[in-house]
Amino acid sequence: MAETSSIPLLSVLVALTLGGCDRDVPRRPQPAPGATRGVETVLVPAKLTSIESGEVDALGQPLRVPCVTCHSLKAPARMPDAPEALQAFHRGLQLRHGTNACTSCHQADAPQSLHLATGEPLPMTEVVTLCSQCHGPQARDFRAGAHGGMTGHWDLSRGDRTRNNCVSCHDPHAPKYAGALPVMPPRPLHPPPESESHAHE
Amino acid sequence: MNDVTRRTALKGAGATLGAAAFAHALAPLTEWTEDLSLDAFLQRHYKELTPSDMKAVLWRLEKDAKREYGRDVTIQDLPPQEGVSFGYALNLSICIGCRKCVEACHQENNHDRRTGNSYIRVLEMEQGSLDMERGNADYDHAVPAPGKYYLPVQCQQCDNAPCVKVCPVQATWKEQDGVVVVDYNWCIGCRYCEAACPYHARRFNWTKPEVPAEEINPDQGYLSNRIRPQGVVEKCTFCLHRTRAGRLPACLEACPTGARVFGNLLDPKSPIRWVLENKRVFVLKEELGTRPRFFYFFDK
Repeated sequence: MAETSSIPLLSVLVALTLGGCDRDVPRRPQPAPGATRGVETVLVPAKLTSIESGEVDALGQPLRVPCVTCHSLKAPARMPDAPEALQAFHRGLQLRHGTNACTSCHQADAPQSLHLATGEPLPMTEVVTLCSQCHGPQARDFRAGAHGGMTGHWDLSRGDRTRNNCVSCHDPHAPKYAGALPVMPPRPLHPPPESESHAHE
Repeated sequence: MNDVTRRTALKGAGATLGAAAFAHALAPLTEWTEDLSLDAFLQRHYKELTPSDMKAVLWRLEKDAKREYGRDVTIQDLPPQEGVSFGYALNLSICIGCRKCVEACHQENNHDRRTGNSYIRVLEMEQGSLDMERGNADYDHAVPAPGKYYLPVQCQQCDNAPCVKVCPVQATWKEQDGVVVVDYNWCIGCRYCEAACPYHARRFNWTKPEVPAEEINPDQGYLSNRIRPQGVVEKCTFCLHRTRAGRLPACLEACPTGARVFGNLLDPKSPIRWVLENKRVFVLKEELGTRPRFFYFFDK
C-alpha cells in the first residue's frame, strides 16, 4: 500500500526534474547596433520662415505668415539700428542679446536673411552656423550631441534622430533661457486632517 | 492503569506542533485574493522562464491589463543588445529644475496618478553644495531660483549595486546592458532594496496603481513600465522598453533644455562617450563605491 502511494509522488518528482531540464534555454540577446542607416536632422522651427500674425485659421490654429509674403514684394526700409525704431512691422521686438545690433546678424538690405561675420549671406534656415560663430563651446557640444537635446533614436542603425535647433530653445533676440513654474508640484503624502481642532474644544 | 504514556503524550504534542507548522506554512493560501491567479502564483523567476513560458506570461499580463484597466496594451520582453552598455549624463549647468523629466517619466512608465509618482526626483540645491541629502524636493516656485541649482536624481544603475545585494529572493539584478531590473512577479515587497539604495531611487507600490485607461502607455515592457502590482518595488530602468528598441529615454526627450545625454558606452563615437572624455564628470556619493552609470557634469 505504501509503495503504490509513493508512485504518483515519484512521478511528480521525475516530471519536475525533467521539466527543469528544458528550462535552461539561454536568452538570446538582440544583435549589436549595425551600420548607421538612420539620419540625424536638425529641426527648422517655423519661426525661421514665418511669423505669427496674431490671427487664427479656420481650425483655430495660430495663423502664420511666411516671411516672403512681405519681404519678396516690398522693398524693405533700411534696417534700423535698434528694434525700437521699427514702426510698421515687428513692433515690440525686444533685443537683449549682448551688444548686437539688428545688422550684426541680419543683412541690412535683405532682413529676411542673415550674414556671416565675413559678410557672406546665409539663409535664415542655416541659423545654427550663424550662432556658432560666437558661441563656440556650445557649438562644439552641440556637434558632439551634448547640447540642445534630441528626440528619436540613440541608435541610428534602428531609426532617425531629430536635433533641436539653436532657436528651438533660445529666442535669438533674447537668448537667455526663460525660466518657468515647475510642473508636477509636490503633493502631500497624507491629506490634511479634517478640522481636528474642534475635537479639543 | 493510565493508557497515556509519556511517549504517547510527546507523540501527540509533536503531531500537533507539526500540524500547526504545516498550517502556518500554508497560511498564504488562505489569503488568496482574486487578483492573484494560479498561473501568476506558480510563475517562475524571470531567468528561469523559457521563451514559450514568457509568451504565456506576457499574454496573461496583457489580458489582466485589459480586464483591470480597460486598455489594450502590448507587453514585450526585449532582451539586452549585444555590444551595448548604457550610460547617462546630465548637465547641471543647463538643468533649470522644471521637472518636465519627472512628468515624462510619470506618463511613460504608467505611474500611479493619485500620488504623482515618478522615478525621478529633482532636488533644489544650494550653489556650492554637492550634498544631495540637503536637497529640497518639494520646491514650488518659479525656476531657476537665484542661488540654487537643480539636481535630478533617478536610479544610477550602479555596477556595484547595493540594492541587488540585499534582495533576499534575487528579484532584482543587473542586466548585461547595465540596467538594474526588478521582476515584479518575483518581488516579495520587503523593501530591503529601497533601504539599501543611497540615492533613494526605488519606489514601493503601497496601493494598486490608479491610471485612467486613456492615459495608460500601451507600449510596455515586462521588466519596465507595465503596470506594477500592489506591494512590489519598482525603479527607473532607463526606459528599457524604449532604449532596447534603439529609442531615447522619455525623460531625455522631454528635457526642454537638452541637459540630458544618453547612449552606448561601448560606442566610442556616442555622445555619452564624448561627454565622459571631454567634460569634468562626477558621480553621486562616489565614496560609497557603488560605481554608478549615471554621470553629472558642469559646463564650466
